[in-house]
Formats: sequence, structure tokens, C-alpha cells
Amino acid sequence: MKPGTLSSFLKRGAIWGFIVLELIFFSLAGEFLALSDKAFMDLDNMLLLLKQSAPIGIIAMGMTIVMINGNIDLSVGAIFALAAIILLDSLTWPIFAGLGDWVIPVSWGMALLVGVALGALNGLIVWKTGVDAFIVTLGAMLGYRGLVFMYNGEQPTSHLNWTLVDFAEAQFLGLHTATWFLLAVTAAIWVLMTRTVHGRNAYAIGNNREAAVNAGIRVGPHMMINFMIIGFLAALSAVVFYSESGSVNPNDGQLYELWVITAVVLGGTRLTGGAGSVISTFGGVLAIQLLRKGLGHIGADTSTVNLVIGLILIAVLFLDRQLNVKGKEELKI
Amino acid sequence: MTEQSPALRLEGITKTFPGVKALDDVSFAVMPGEVHALMGENGAGKSTLMKVLGGIYQPNAGRIVVGEEQAVMTNPLEAKSKGIVFIHQELSLAEELSVAENIYLGELPRKRFGMVDWTTLYARTDAILDKLKVGFNARTRVGALSIANQQMVEIARALTVDAKAVIFDEPTASLTDAEKVVLFDVIADLRSQGVGIIYISHRMEEIFKITDRISVLRDGQYRGTLETAQTNEDEVTQLMIGRKLDLSRNASHHELGDVALEVRGLSCGTLYQDVSFEVRRGEVVGFYGLVGAGRTEIAETLFGLRDPSAGTILMDGEEVRISSPVDAIARGISLVPEDRKGQGLVLGMNCRDNMTLPQVDDLKAGPFVADGAEIAIFDQYRDKLDIRTPGWKQMVRNLSGGNQQKIVIGKWLSMHPSVLIVDEPTRGIDVGSKSEIHNLIRDLAAQGYAVIVISSEMPEVLHVSDRIVAMYQGRVMRSFTSDEVTEDSLIQAISGITPDKVA
Repeated sequence: MKPGTLSSFLKRGAIWGFIVLELIFFSLAGEFLALSDKAFMDLDNMLLLLKQSAPIGIIAMGMTIVMINGNIDLSVGAIFALAAIILLDSLTWPIFAGLGDWVIPVSWGMALLVGVALGALNGLIVWKTGVDAFIVTLGAMLGYRGLVFMYNGEQPTSHLNWTLVDFAEAQFLGLHTATWFLLAVTAAIWVLMTRTVHGRNAYAIGNNREAAVNAGIRVGPHMMINFMIIGFLAALSAVVFYSESGSVNPNDGQLYELWVITAVVLGGTRLTGGAGSVISTFGGVLAIQLLRKGLGHIGADTSTVNLVIGLILIAVLFLDRQLNVKGKEELKI
Repeated sequence: MTEQSPALRLEGITKTFPGVKALDDVSFAVMPGEVHALMGENGAGKSTLMKVLGGIYQPNAGRIVVGEEQAVMTNPLEAKSKGIVFIHQELSLAEELSVAENIYLGELPRKRFGMVDWTTLYARTDAILDKLKVGFNARTRVGALSIANQQMVEIARALTVDAKAVIFDEPTASLTDAEKVVLFDVIADLRSQGVGIIYISHRMEEIFKITDRISVLRDGQYRGTLETAQTNEDEVTQLMIGRKLDLSRNASHHELGDVALEVRGLSCGTLYQDVSFEVRRGEVVGFYGLVGAGRTEIAETLFGLRDPSAGTILMDGEEVRISSPVDAIARGISLVPEDRKGQGLVLGMNCRDNMTLPQVDDLKAGPFVADGAEIAIFDQYRDKLDIRTPGWKQMVRNLSGGNQQKIVIGKWLSMHPSVLIVDEPTRGIDVGSKSEIHNLIRDLAAQGYAVIVISSEMPEVLHVSDRIVAMYQGRVMRSFTSDEVTEDSLIQAISGITPDKVA
């Protein structure tokens, strides 16, 4: 075996091994500690888990490409909330009254458009000013959240459209609508990152920006496109989720950026850019949702869940670092 | 140095990594007051040996003896306390701190309650700086110093301990000729104080100028020690690579074509002024000068990375405007940059992806990357340039410097440029690969490419160029054909001495 093969296998497969470990642990622990009689690995429970993974998962796919590209987007939670408000509010606008249920695609389109526009604004600022994406989107996070509050004050925005609720609650081939969206987005982003020129260039820019510039790659537009994609996905996540729930609080989506980044990092994408995989991010999303659900299953409360996830994140990154360091020493002769 | 005991002795050092024997029974000794060169191609085991000496790696077998005592080191600090000190190729200084703070970093003299004793600190530092005869003082901010002076800070740091052996790792890599002289003086000083010096460098002139003996490593094995005074470059090279090397001059024997690139009165602020030259198809034009003479900046302007403040660029007789690398590439100008790893390669990508980086967009099939076409291009240029790699999936970071450079060159050749600019083609590349790169540049000219080579190594410029443009402080001093150039006239030109003044 070549040096480094084992560690690179461990690195790539780590997240899936972790998921299997979680499943085994919660199934066994569930036997003794569970509050309900239902087994943890019950099919319905697992299907529900996939559905619940969707809001974070859809955004995480966008975050993966933004992070591979060497940037980060902290404004996704605010974009998520703003898109939700646009969706629910516009369903009731008098000018659309004559449309009947055709208002649904119009409202969806508007919410998604807002997401793309806010993302484009982020990207444009990062591109044209050269200010670090962390700072730009930190500002955007506060600013966009401000817009959310300006819209309706502290009041929740609510509207239930039953056609929409039926669509969102539907199950096709056993999977919920939200799950299908998550899978479709994962597949689309996977193709984008592995099969297209844009994806290849995103890796190159994240790994060595100067070399990318010297190869004639237009760095700015690529970054802007990625911010537009993540803006679109943050809005899509909101649209899918609030079609069903029908009510959004101005504080919704807070800390989403951190959950999303946690999932992406657990999946092995580097904060410094240039490396990462969409499929592993999917694993990271599942791993987090499994933890939240599993700990709930055995009776832990939310604060315990957060504590455990925090510890595991640090432990995983520590492990990853150890494996990386080892790999390097073996290679450097 | 007859009955003296060595300053540093290595006995049978062996270090293995899983699957590789990086060092195999290496033994040699450095006497006090001796400058001992350690040579070997990249991958010969020099860096591993240094890490063993620095306490970063533990040897699997063998021992290190400093003075009379066996030294076992488990970390760099311990190595330093035993009197083994390193001057690294890459400087590791805190730029925002003062010279004194850098020199005593981690061991600042203290008063009560852990307060820093600034008076003692500055006094001690200035005492050391006086010995080195440098033009800055203990309070200077390190970030404000030139690279050469920063290196002096590193050396000063080495002198704070009672050094038995000082190891210089490629110390002249980023120094100008004048700065080198100062460095060599310091080394001579150390030697006269009875310190044993290990000097690692690829540059033969330096080795023969300042060292007493030369030890050679090849493939992790010790290949012998030569007395510098009784050997020559050929013998050393042969020992290093196990074969002979041809480094004669090499002017074109083929007919030159039309003028591919012409530059008239090009200026860029204070970086360079009024530069004019032309390059014909089939011709290699070498740019020679000191670091800071403006050569790299001209290359960057031609490649669209800098905007000129005046002057025109003509390609095939037609005036062009190049405001970005995208423009340059579209016009057929390619740049193999000075800093291969920082500017030329995406280290975390594989060989194929690096090779096809500028043209993935041209190759694509519909919306998707064209894997097959890309592999075909990689295979073609791997064979053409003799790039040694297990396959296209190999990460470029795992290749040797020479093969990495060939990937960068292949990247541009596959785009069929008309002008190829190569900045420091063999920096950090071992002797064997060096001559391969040189031959490659000659071949490219023979195939009709117009090639510009920028180099700080005179033998290299003389070897590959048909014409040499000598630069001094942002100006073209003189242009030589390969027939008329002599080493003396070239050195005078790049030192700012015009033929008129000489006469």
C-alpha cells in the first residue's frame, strides 16, 4: 500500500463511518433509554430525518461550493428569513388575487429571485472591493436581518395556502417533497462541481488564487456566481420549508449559517478552500441531523444536543488534523 | 585540522519512512573552522538529514556527536541548546516585531514580575549586530528590512547561543550579488571563530568559492567527501547525479523567423523605464540582471499583470493592448512564473487538471468538462516533455521541482502560444533536471517559439540564450549576441558600468 492511502481513505470515508457509528449507538442506547417504544431505525423515522435535514442540507450544498472557492457566506440565515417573508406575504398581495393558485409559482419565483439578488450583491461587493468574504457577509448578515425586521416588525408573517401545504406534505416514492428537493440539489451541485468548468475553476481559485489568475481564469465572476447560487439555495430552502409551515418569525433562520458551516466542515471541506466534496457535505448534514434526532430519542434536551455537537465538531477536526499531519510526514522525504 | 575533534559528526544515520529509506547509513564529519558543503539533488535526503539534525525527526539508527558528546535531540530547541543552529532558506521572522525581539524570541530577558528587561535586550542585541557589521539596530522593525538584512537577523539569532555548528540552507536563494558578498564575509567570520559550517546550495560557483570540503548525498546514501581545492564541478556533478552533464554554450543553428514580439519604450513607473527589445521566432532572448532590475516586472507587464505607464507592445508588427492575463493568453503570450508553487501551480490539484487549467473552457463538451480530451493532452505533453509521474491523477505537490516546472511549461505549450516567457526556469531545481529544462528551452526555440528567459544565474543565461539583454535598475544597459558576450562585459553591464565609462 502506498503511504498515505490509509489516511486518505479514512479522511474520505470518515463521515460515513461516523454515521454508521451513530446509527448503531442510538439503536442500542434507544433500547434502554428511549421514551417511546419505537425503534430508532424505524423506516418512518428515517424518512422524517431526511425531510428534517432538508432546510440545512439545501443551504449546505451552496456553502460547500462557496467554501471550496475560498470564501464563506454568513448571511444565509437572514436570506432564508427574508425569502420566507417574501413568499408568505406575496401570496396575499391583492394584485395577485386574480391568479388563483397560479400565485404559488409567482411567489416562489419572487422569493427565489430575492435570494439570488442578495447573493449577487454579496458576490459583487466581494469581487469589486476585495474585502474578505467573511467581513462582507457578516455585514450582510446584520443588514439583511435588519430588512427582515423592517418588513413586519416583531410580528410573525403567516399565510397558509392549502394547495401549497398539500404539495409540501406530499410523498412520492415514500420520500417527502423536501427530501426530493434536497436530493435534487445535492445531485445538481455534485454535477456542477465535478463535471463542469465552473466547478473545476472554483477548486483552482480556492486552492491557489494567483495561479488561477495566471491561467487566465476570471476569478471575480466565478465567485459572484457562487454567491448567487448560495443565495438561491438559501431562498429555495426557505420556500420549501415555509410552504408547509406557513408562518415565519423575524428571528427564524438565526444560527443557520453556523449549522450549515458545521455540516460542511464535518464533511471535510477545508475552511481555507480548494478542497471538499458535495457528497461528504451530504454526509455531514445527515450526521448532524442524526445526532439531534438521536439524542432527542434517548431523552436529551436541546442544550445537551448543542453541547455534544460542539464537542464532536472539535473532536472530528482534531482527528482530521492528526490524519493530515501524518499523511504529510509520510509524503515529505 | 589534524588531531582536532570534529565540531559535528554523523555516524551511520538511517531514517526510514513507511516504504522509503530516506537516509541510509550517512556518516560524515564537520571540523571546527571548516565550511563544509552538503550537496545532492532534490530528494537525495538533504532535507531529511537537516530535520534529523534539527531534532524534528528521530533517526532509526546511528548517532550524532557534537564536540565530544553524543547529542540526542527531540525538538528544535534542544538542537539549538546543543549548539546546532539553522539558517533556513525560508525566513521565519515576526515582521511586526523589532530585530531584538525576533532575535530573543521565546527567551527575552526578564525583570521581576515577568516584565521584559528592554535595556539588557537592546544592549545584547546591539553587541551581536556590531559583530555582524550590519546597518540597522536592535529597535528596527523586521518588516522594514530587506530580505538580505532579515537573513542577517536570522544569523544574529544563531549567534545568541554558543554555536558549534551552523547550517545554512540555500542562504543565497534570494540575495543579490552585493548582499552575497556580505553574507560570505559573515560566514568567513564564523569560520575564523572555529565554528563548523554546513553549507547547502545548488549553486556551484558559491560552493567552489567558499567551501573547504564537499560531501555528496544521492538517493539517501552518502557518496563521499571531496576536497574543494582538488576537485571540479564535473566531478561533483557526476557524484551527485551519477552521470556527466553538458553545460556548454548553445546558440541557435537554425534560421530565425520574423519578429514575434516587439517592445518600444515601455515604462512602468519607477520599476523600469524606456525598455525596447524584440524577439524573433526561433530565438531565445535572455534577460540578465540583479534582483530588482525590473526583469520580472517587464514579464508581468507583457502578461497583463501590470499596466505600463508608457510605451507600446507589438505582436507580429501590430500594436496590442494587454490589460489582463486573459488578453495575454488570447494573444499567444504565456508566462512561466518565477514562483512555481505560488503563482504557477494549483498544488492541491492533479497533474492533468493543472496542465489543462487555462483551456478547460475551450475543451468542454457541452456544459461538461471533457475528461478524455484533457487526458489526451496530458499524455501528449507528458511524453513530449518527459514528465515523470505515475499518472495524471498524481497530485502536483508530490512531484519533484523539475517535473512541476515541466507541468507549467506543458500547460502553456498545449495552448500553442507564440511567445513563451520563462522567469527563473530552474530556481530550486536540482542539477540533473536543470539541464533537461535548458535543453527543452533550446528545443522550443528550434521549433519556432519566441522565448524570453529571465534568469539570475549567469551560466544559465549564457547557456540558453541567442541574445542577452542586460538590465540595471530598470533600464536596458546593453544587448549582446551570443558571439560577442563575455562574462566580464555582462557583469559590467548589469552593475551599471557602460562600455564608454570603462574605456
